[in-house]
Amino acid sequence: MRIARYIAFRLLGVVIVLLVVTAITYVIFYLLPSNPAQLSCGKPCTPENLARAKEYLGLNLPWYGQLWEFLKGIVVGRSFGAGTGTIVCSAPCLGYSFQLSTPVTELILTHFPVTASIAVGAAVLWLVTGVLGGTIAAVRRGKGADKAIMTVAIAGVSAPAYLVGMLLILLFGFRLGWLPTGGYEPLTEDPVGWFLHLILPWCALAFISAAVYARLTRGELLEQFGQDYVRTARAKGLTERVVVVRHGLRNALIPVVTIFGLDLGTLLGGAVITERVFSMQGIGSLLITAIGTLDLQVVVGVTLFSAILIAVANVIVDIVYGIIDPRVRAA
Amino acid sequence: MTEGAVSPQHREPVLRVRDLSISFAQQGEADRVVDRVGFTLYSGQVLALVGESGSGKSVTAMSVLGLLPDSATVSGSIELNGNELVGAPGAELRRVRGGLIGTVFQEPMSAFDPVFPIGRQIAEAINVHRPIRAKAELRARVEELLATVGLPDSRRIAASYPHELSGGQLQRAMIAMAISCDPVAIIADEPTTALDVTVQAGILDLLRSLRDTRDTAILLITHDMGVVADLADDVLVMRAGEVVERGPVETVFAAPTSDYTKRLLAAVPTLAELDVATVTEATPVVAAGIEAEIEAQPDASADDAAVLANASVVFHRRGVAVRAVDGVSFEIGRSEVVGLVGESGSGKSTIGRALAGLVPIVEGRATVAGVQLAGSSRRLRRDIRSRIGYVFQDPASSLNPRNRVGDSIAEPLMVHTGMSRAERADRVSDLLRQVSLPLDFAERYPHELSGGQRQRVAIARALALEPRLLIADEPTSALDVSVQASVLDLLQELQRRLGFACLFISHDLAVVRRLADSVVVLRDGRVVERGDAASVLAAPSDPYTKRLLAAAPVADPEAQTARREAWRLLEEIA
Amino acid sequence: MNVWNHLRRDPWALAGIVVVLVFVLAAIFAPLITGINGQNPYSYHLGALDSNGSPKGFGGGISWQHWFGVEPLTGRDLFSIVVYGGRVSITVGVLATVIAVALGVLVGITAGYFGGWYDRIASRVVDVMLGFPSLIFMISLTAIVAASFPRPVLMVLIIGFFGWPAVARVVRGQVLSLRQRTYVVASQAMGAGSAHVLWRQLLPNVGSTIIVYATILIPAMIGTEAALSFLGVGVPPPTPSWGRTIGNAVAWFSTDPAYLLFPGGALFFITLAFNAFGDGLRDALDPRVNRRRSRRRQSATTTEAATTRAAG
Repeated sequence: MRIARYIAFRLLGVVIVLLVVTAITYVIFYLLPSNPAQLSCGKPCTPENLARAKEYLGLNLPWYGQLWEFLKGIVVGRSFGAGTGTIVCSAPCLGYSFQLSTPVTELILTHFPVTASIAVGAAVLWLVTGVLGGTIAAVRRGKGADKAIMTVAIAGVSAPAYLVGMLLILLFGFRLGWLPTGGYEPLTEDPVGWFLHLILPWCALAFISAAVYARLTRGELLEQFGQDYVRTARAKGLTERVVVVRHGLRNALIPVVTIFGLDLGTLLGGAVITERVFSMQGIGSLLITAIGTLDLQVVVGVTLFSAILIAVANVIVDIVYGIIDPRVRAA
Repeated sequence: MTEGAVSPQHREPVLRVRDLSISFAQQGEADRVVDRVGFTLYSGQVLALVGESGSGKSVTAMSVLGLLPDSATVSGSIELNGNELVGAPGAELRRVRGGLIGTVFQEPMSAFDPVFPIGRQIAEAINVHRPIRAKAELRARVEELLATVGLPDSRRIAASYPHELSGGQLQRAMIAMAISCDPVAIIADEPTTALDVTVQAGILDLLRSLRDTRDTAILLITHDMGVVADLADDVLVMRAGEVVERGPVETVFAAPTSDYTKRLLAAVPTLAELDVATVTEATPVVAAGIEAEIEAQPDASADDAAVLANASVVFHRRGVAVRAVDGVSFEIGRSEVVGLVGESGSGKSTIGRALAGLVPIVEGRATVAGVQLAGSSRRLRRDIRSRIGYVFQDPASSLNPRNRVGDSIAEPLMVHTGMSRAERADRVSDLLRQVSLPLDFAERYPHELSGGQRQRVAIARALALEPRLLIADEPTSALDVSVQASVLDLLQELQRRLGFACLFISHDLAVVRRLADSVVVLRDGRVVERGDAASVLAAPSDPYTKRLLAAAPVADPEAQTARREAWRLLEEIA
Repeated sequence: MNVWNHLRRDPWALAGIVVVLVFVLAAIFAPLITGINGQNPYSYHLGALDSNGSPKGFGGGISWQHWFGVEPLTGRDLFSIVVYGGRVSITVGVLATVIAVALGVLVGITAGYFGGWYDRIASRVVDVMLGFPSLIFMISLTAIVAASFPRPVLMVLIIGFFGWPAVARVVRGQVLSLRQRTYVVASQAMGAGSAHVLWRQLLPNVGSTIIVYATILIPAMIGTEAALSFLGVGVPPPTPSWGRTIGNAVAWFSTDPAYLLFPGGALFFITLAFNAFGDGLRDALDPRVNRRRSRRRQSATTTEAATTRAAG
C-alpha cells in the first residue's frame, strides 16, 4: 500500500520534471537563437525547407504559443503544411528533419537500439564487476587482493572510455583478431554477431565505472562493518559470508543504487562516445552528424529524448530504491 | 583477590575468565586496555562489570564472544562450560555466539539491521542454531518470544521495521533475540543507557525475570551505579583495564574498600528517600489541582529572568503539525535555578530553544529579561540573546573544531561588543580562570581537551556576556559520573557567585535535585507538576512524576529494592 | 594541521602532485620546451610522411627532431601538440572547476543552512541536473552558439555550469549535518547573524571537503573537455588539443598507434595524478574517525560521486 503511494508520488514528480525540462530545452534551443528556422533548415538550406521550418516553428505565434504547439506535438502529434504537402508528425513528435524529410522520432527509434545495446550491457557489466571487486577488496582489506583491486581501480577511474576502447580494439581487434574492430549487428538478425560486436564496447565503457563502483562499494562496505547491526549479526553466530552479504552488502547497496541513478545520464553520454570509437550508428552519431549539417530539429529531438529517457529510468531506480530501503517508503 | 569471593549460593559456573589481558596494536605499539582481569559467572547470577569510559568493561565483554577487531591481542583464558574460547576456531565461536551466549547492545535503534523486519531478524538468529524448517512454526516461535519479553502485540512487532518501533520496544525485541536459542548466559552491554528511565525500569525488570525464571547468567556492563544496585548480585569495579574491587553488591555499596569505588559512589547524585506508602497513595484530584495552581500563581514580577505564559511550539513534519510544547507556563525568578525535567519527546529542550529564540512560539507569551519575544524587532531579539547564555549536551560538538578555545569563548564578545582584541583576550583569561581551566587553554584546539574540559569551555563561553539567564540543556549527560560531579559543582559555585538565573534541563532527577531551587516536570509538551524542588522530589503529587521518581534507580541496593516495589505498584495502578 | 605530514607518508599522493606540477610547468613553458629543437604545433612537415600520409619511420616518425613523432596527413610535431594541448586542457579544467565550485558552494551552503522552500527547490534542481545526460546537452548547446564566440571560453562556461550540482549536493549534505552541531546552534543562540554563522562556523568546516572535491573535479573537467573535443564539438583546429588529437587518431591508430598513445597517455597520466593526489588529500584532511561519525548516506557518496563525473 505504502509502496504504491510512493510510486505514484514518484510518477507525478517525473511528469512535472519532464514538463519543466522540455520547456527549458525549447526556450534555450528555439527561442534564444536569433534564427532557429535557419538552424533547423540544414546545410545546404533550400528555400522550401526554410519556409517549412518557419511554418513548423510557428514563428508568427507568441513564444508561449510556440511552446504549446511543441508540447502538444509531443503528446498528441501534429501536422503542418497544407494540401498535398501536408506533413504528419505523429506522437510523440520531437521535431521534423527537413533535410532528411523524416520525423525526428523515427530517426531516433532507428538509431536508439545501438546506443541502448551498448548502455544496458555496459551498465550490467560495471555493476557486477564493480560491486564484486569492491566486496572482495573490503573483505580482504589491507591484503594483496585489496591492494591489487584498488590499484586497478584508481587507474581505471582515470582512463576515459575512448582510450580504453581504442586500446582494446588495438589488442583484440587488430593484433589478435579475436573480435570485430567496430560496427553493429542488430540483435534480431544476428544475435551472435550482436554479442561479438558489443563485447569490446561494453568493456570499454564499463571499465571506468566499474572502477568507481569498486571504490564506492568498498568504502560503503567498510563503513557497514563498523555499524552496530553488523556486530549484532556476528553476535548471533552468523557465518562471515552471511554477515557480509545479507547485512553488509545489502545495506551498502543502498548508496550504490543512489549513485547509479545519478550515473544514468553519464552512462548515455559514455555510450555516445563509445559509438564513435567503434563506428556504430547510434543516437550519438545521429547527434554529431546533425550538428555538422546544422539540423537543429534532430539536435533538440535527441536532447529531449535522452532527457525523457533518463527521467523515466530514474523513476525505475527510485522504485528499486524504495524496495531495498524500507525507510524511504515512509517518506 | 580470588575469584571465589563471589557469593557462594550460585550453583554451576558458566563462564570462567582468568588472567584476561587485551591489547590493541596502535602504530606499532601495543596499548593494553584490559589487564589480568578474572571473574566467574554462575548460572542465575547477574554479575555487573562497572566502570567509567576507558575502563575496558565493554572490551572484556566483547572478547568473550571473540568479536574484537583484528588489531586486538587477547591472552589468558575464557572458559564457557569448561570449553576454552581464547583461540578457539571460528566455527566453535559461532556456535557460542547466539547459541550459548545471547547479547543485548546499548543502542537498540542501531543494533537492528534497518532493511529487514524485526521478526525476520529474530528468525535468522533461531535458524543459525536451531533451524525450524516450517515457516508457520518459525513465525509462531518468533511471536512467542516477543510475547515473552512483554510485547503483547507480537504479530505487528514482528512485521515492523526497526524505524517503526520505539527504543523500548526494540530493546525488548533485542532481548527476545538474545534468548531465542535458550542461551546459558546473556551479555547485556549498557542495555538501558539509551533509554528513558521509565522504559529502563521495565527492561531491568525483564532481565531480572529472565534470571529468575530461566536461571540465565547475565553479564551486565554498565556505567550506572543505580542500574547495578537494581539488578546485579555481584559487582566488579574496573578502572583503566584493571579490577579495583569486587564482591556482592550489598557489600560493595555499603562498605567499598577501594578509594576509587568510594569516590565513584560519592560522585553519584542522590535522590531523596522514597516513601512507598505516600507515593502509591492515590491522588485523584491532581489535574485540577495543577490548573488551579497555575491560575493561582501571582503575576510574574518584572524582575523575573524569564516568563512563559501558555506558550506553545508547533513543528511541521511532512505536513503534520506536532505540538512539541503545549501551553506551558512557568517563570524563572531572578537568580533562581529552575530544573526542567522530562523524558525524551517531552519538549524540554524545545522550551530552552524557544527562550533563546531559536524556534518560534506560536501561541502564548514568553518574555526574557522583561522583553517580550514574539513580535519584537530583529535588533531587540539579538539583544535578548546577549542576555542569555546557552550550554548544550554534547561536548564532542560544543566547540568548533577549527577554532582555538580562546576564539570560541570570545565569539559572543565579537558578536555583541566592540571590544578590541586585547580586551577580548583579557576577558577570555578571566573566564578561563572562573571555570578553573589553565590560561594556556586559550591557545588549544578542542580535540586536545577532554569532555569535561570542553563543557567547562562551553560554560565560559555562555558566561562571557554576564547573562541574566543561563540555559543548560543536559550539560552533564554525556560525561562520566565523576566528571559530571565536578561540572555540577562548578555550575553551582558560579551561579551562587554571579547570581544568574538558570534553566537547568535534564532527564536526570538526581542531577536536578542537586542544583535546582524549583522543578517543572514535563510530559508530552505539557507541565504535569511544578513547585519547590525539595517538595516535588520528595513528595510528588502527580502520578507521572511519581512513576518517574520511582523508576530512577539509586546507587543503593536496599533503597533501590524499595523503589522498585513502589515502581511496580505504580505500574499496576497506571 | 598535520596534513602535510600525512601526505608525506603517502607515496601515491606525492607522485600525483609531482606529475601535476610537471604538467603545469610544461604547459606554462610550452614555447620554451618545444623551442629546444625549434618545433611548434602548427608547422607542417610533409617530408616526414609517406605517400599515404602516414608518418615515415619507427613509432609514428619518432626521431631526434620529432620526439613523439609527427601527425599523419600534416606532419605536425606531435610532441609540440601534446605540450601545447596541456595548456587548453589544464586551463579549461581549472577554470571550469572554479565556476562549478563557486556556484556549487554558494547554492549548497545556503540551501543547507536556510532550508525551507529554497532548499527544496534547489535540491530538486540539483537532483534533476545531476541525473541528466549533461554530455548530450553540452554537445547540443555547441550547435546554437554563434561560431564567433570563442570556443575555449564556451567550454569553460558549459562544463563549469554542468559541474556545480555535484558540488552543491555534497556541500549541502555537509552543512545539514554541521547545522545540528552544538557550536553552530550555540552561535545562533548567542545572537550571531546568518552571515557570521555561514562565514565563521560553516565555511571553515566545509573547506576541506571543498578542497578535496575541487582536486577530484579538475581531472573530471579535463576529461569532459577532452571528450567534447574528441567528438569534434570542442576546441576547434588548429588549437592543439589532446581530445581532438585522440579523436583524429580513431582513423589512424591501427597503422600508427603512437598517434593515439602520446596524447592519450598525457590525458591518462594527468587524470591519474590529480585523482591520486585528491585521494591522498582526502585521507589527510578527513580522518576515518570523522567519516564514520558523519551521516552515512551523505558522507560516503561524496568524493566517490565526484570521480563518477569523470566517466563522461
